[in-house]
Amino acid sequence: MVHWTAEEKQLISGLWGRLSVEECGAEALARLLIVYPWTQRFFGDFGNLSSPTAIIGNPKVRAHGRKVLTSFGEAIKNLDNLKGTYSQLSELHCDKLHVDPENFRLLGDILVIVLATHFTKDFTPACQATWQKLVGVVAHALARKYH
Amino acid sequence: MLTAEDKKLIQQIWGKLGGAEEEIGAETLWRMFHSYPPTKTYFPHFDLSPGSDQIRGHGKKVVAALGTAIKNLDNLSQALSELSNLHAYNLRVDPFLAQCLQVVLATRLGKEYSPEVHSAVDKFMSAVASVLAEKYR
Repeated sequence: MVHWTAEEKQLISGLWGRLSVEECGAEALARLLIVYPWTQRFFGDFGNLSSPTAIIGNPKVRAHGRKVLTSFGEAIKNLDNLKGTYSQLSELHCDKLHVDPENFRLLGDILVIVLATHFTKDFTPACQATWQKLVGVVAHALARKYH
Repeated sequence: MLTAEDKKLIQQIWGKLGGAEEEIGAETLWRMFHSYPPTKTYFPHFDLSPGSDQIRGHGKKVVAALGTAIKNLDNLSQALSELSNLHAYNLRVDPFLAQCLQVVLATRLGKEYSPEVHSAVDKFMSAVASVLAEKYR
């Protein structure tokens, strides 16, 4: 089981309380599709993904980004049981969506960069270290049920 | 492959750093040591405490090398040839330095670190990593 110090929990919830799940989620997913274009293969029915502008403005991207980050919020409420929290989503991503777990790591890193652009100086090294740990643990939990 | 637009964005962004190379380098390394503790294993001879002169000095070197790479985007292989030898035999190229550099740039540039810039820098750092790993085997 992952251990979280009081400081880490504070750095996570402190930042989480200050961000817009809708904005950050949309941005993180858009950046994933822009920076790592092969990830677009999972979103064939999303419509126009032909350029960064199209991707950023795409309503399905925004909606799905929000969904993904909302799920992250669940993780944050259940830091002591991430495996349980993500058990079904892990099965879904393996059995139905066929997503290579490497992509979870990429999205996690992108989320960290999005947080850096939003919080700038406030996104201190300690903050980054905590969030890198969080996205890593979430990625691991999502990959856990793969077979 | 870096497009002409990628190259332009990279050079523009680098131009905005205006003399802060040493700080950016030091901060990048500091963040890397904190977010990815195993990277410290490559620097057992360093003083890794906050404000360490060695981290500052080394950070400056790393960013200077990236600056050289940016001036030679059309010929990265040659420009980084010496560094490739060093990394092949003594170090290990992981995406951690690139991630931390991106975070430092993002904290300094905020919204200006747009998806297009992010993409260009990511491609650039991948190209650098690729060149540095060339001599591995």
